[in-house]
Amino acid sequence: MEVELRLLRYNPERDSEPHFENYTIEADPMDRLLDCLHVVKWKQDSSLALRRSCGHGICGSDAMVINGVNRLACKVLIKDLSQPITVEPIRGLPHIKDFIVDMEPFFAGYKEVKPWLIVDEDEKEPPRERIQSPEDRERYDDTTKCILCAACTTSCPIYWADGNYVGPAAIVNAHRFIFDSRDTGGRERLEILSGKGGAFKCRTAFNCTDACPRGIKVTLAIQEVKRAALYDSI
Amino acid sequence: MGAGGAGLRAALEAGKRVKTAVVSKLYPTRSHTGAAQGGMCAALANVEEDSWEWHAFDTVKGSDFLADQDAVDVMCREAVTSVLELERMGLPFNRTPDGKIDQRRFGGHTRNHGEAAVKRACYAADRTGHMILQTLFQQCNKEGVEFYNEFFVVDLVMVDGACAGIVAYEIATGELHVFRSKSVLFATGGFGKMYKITSNAHTLTGDGPGVVFRKGLPLEDMEFFQFHPTGLYRLGILLSEAARGEGGILRNSDGERFMERYAPTIKDLAPRDMVSRAEFFEIKEGRGAGPQQDYLLLDLTEVDPEVIETKLPDITEFARTYLDVDPVKEGVPIVPTAHYAMGGIPTTIGAEVRRNHAGDIVDGFYAAGECACVSVHGANRLGTNSLLDIVVFGRRGGLSMAEYAATHKQLPVPDDAHVEAENWIVELLEGDKREPSHAIRSDLQDVMWDKVSVSREDEGLKHALERIDSLKARFAKAHVKDQSKIFNTELVEHMELGYLLDMAEATTVSALARTESRGGHYREDHQMREDDHWLKHTFIKRAEDGGTELGYMDVTMGRYEPVERKY
Repeated sequence: MEVELRLLRYNPERDSEPHFENYTIEADPMDRLLDCLHVVKWKQDSSLALRRSCGHGICGSDAMVINGVNRLACKVLIKDLSQPITVEPIRGLPHIKDFIVDMEPFFAGYKEVKPWLIVDEDEKEPPRERIQSPEDRERYDDTTKCILCAACTTSCPIYWADGNYVGPAAIVNAHRFIFDSRDTGGRERLEILSGKGGAFKCRTAFNCTDACPRGIKVTLAIQEVKRAALYDSI
Repeated sequence: MGAGGAGLRAALEAGKRVKTAVVSKLYPTRSHTGAAQGGMCAALANVEEDSWEWHAFDTVKGSDFLADQDAVDVMCREAVTSVLELERMGLPFNRTPDGKIDQRRFGGHTRNHGEAAVKRACYAADRTGHMILQTLFQQCNKEGVEFYNEFFVVDLVMVDGACAGIVAYEIATGELHVFRSKSVLFATGGFGKMYKITSNAHTLTGDGPGVVFRKGLPLEDMEFFQFHPTGLYRLGILLSEAARGEGGILRNSDGERFMERYAPTIKDLAPRDMVSRAEFFEIKEGRGAGPQQDYLLLDLTEVDPEVIETKLPDITEFARTYLDVDPVKEGVPIVPTAHYAMGGIPTTIGAEVRRNHAGDIVDGFYAAGECACVSVHGANRLGTNSLLDIVVFGRRGGLSMAEYAATHKQLPVPDDAHVEAENWIVELLEGDKREPSHAIRSDLQDVMWDKVSVSREDEGLKHALERIDSLKARFAKAHVKDQSKIFNTELVEHMELGYLLDMAEATTVSALARTESRGGHYREDHQMREDDHWLKHTFIKRAEDGGTELGYMDVTMGRYEPVERKY
């Protein structure tokens, strides 16, 4: 079938500002949007710049605004998209070129919440496994799925407007440890997330939950973090 | 160089001791370790009796006796502490009812030397690799490891035969950087993109082994490439062996459980080379399913839907998303998919890179993970052993490079260290030559798939070599149209294609020479394993006249003598 693409193009070495360009290609209804972008790049305009790697929704490279919503280009099929298919870079991060944005502020927000296991223990002891019940393991399962694609964070209107907000993905990764029974750093993180750029910036727009390609209940996770911070309940 | 499991594990180890930086063409969490699904084997014996020696036996037998048994012993013994270390780092393993790390069955892993399948794979649903990658990335951030993301490796700096650093192209700016360092570890992953149908990421193009090959250093056992038996039809996206570990069954067009004929004891859980070959024969003999009789079916309909949704959630979603097939209700169309390079940069068990088939090493240079060949996988890797390989030998590589760096001076890097790479890039960008790389890459993938995949024979391999030669000639005349500096991804793809062509050539030449069948290397014209002549590792390197040169190295034997491989 014929597919109409409307791509936001921007080459900082040539263009004064981003603009849309239209492309028509042949595709199969079961093709991924990423396949179509490759067809454009490989057959029509080799300068088209995008990030991609795994091609099946695991690596988180190719989050884009697709027909107005944040999706991974490798996880949406042509048959599910209305035409012309409009593709833009994710919002709220500095635009570099075509579908490439500067990811550094995103990872800086992530690192602010100390997303690693914090434990008080003697490093010298020989490694042995800690015991964790299946129920305790289940408690934080949802937020372990995060692939740091930034689809949630860059769909959030608060994040667009407020440069201090760490954003949904950072809170998701804090949640993953706050509710892990092995972790003892919950208070530390809740203190960070109770601060100016933290979880209380969230106004429950639910864009993040809709955007998450891993199906994580992002807004719920943020609410759980807020509740833990308010009632000191972890 | 490289920020997947092996690179991050090495950085974590080295970073505790010496100043360490990770250079990677991707953001670390984009690395393909994250796509690994089913598990990581270690004889924890949390669920049933097990021992690391049984694991070692299975690994050696799975390798069709080509693995070096000293390396296998190291890996299987250190598997146990490696899993426990990951747990200590916070990896969210699935748990048994009493809270221990849960374990499940996986292909080729057996109790007491082949009696029956054993529960040995530690796992986190079907996203074990994702959890390993995330956990190691978390720990690297905690330890303050320095990252240079989106830097593409283009050369190795060698001074008097020793490694003194790397040259990398910064994708965001188009600038070349020379990184001076006392030791360098390559952990750049595989090169499945030389095949048309592959489970590999677009970015798995053999950059590390490519650089090594161009430096005149050898690659080992390149003819052994693994085809995973359950790739999604047409797409090659991986469906974990855990699907069969949890009770999934492979069926042909008659609905027959055909693996009963090929591996009567462990059936669908036979090693991947055998299952992929069985699928190849089923299709060839007209028992493939579908209108073109060109696929087989992975039947999960007899597995408890609860198990499917909770222990295999991702692969279930892949089938639903990409094929519109619901594994709970119907068989999933699958085909063999190019999955894993057993061969690569030859190393010692300390991850030191070997200079030649006599076993000498390159000072200051290390490799680990899929780009390396220790060899723990021999002619066929068992499922889960790649995740094990990256943490065990990543850690060892990190230790080795740190020790070397702590006891050696930085070699003086010549001022012109970047010139060769610069000239290459200028050559690719200039001129009136017009063929885009895409057409060459796609032709390469076709010929490798048709002639150098599950089944091979003399004539086909020779034909493939001729094709690769003509593709190299076309590549030499090809041209990058995009002249931009900032994110010139066409240039990066073009350089990647250069590496892929080298990988394809090394694979095909090595395969043509090996006139026997062993593990993943099956020759229709030489169907038997020939231990008298071929129980040895292939070394291939670029000759001075531009051709290739083969050499061979003995396999390190141990407790297990080669026997016929039955399952």
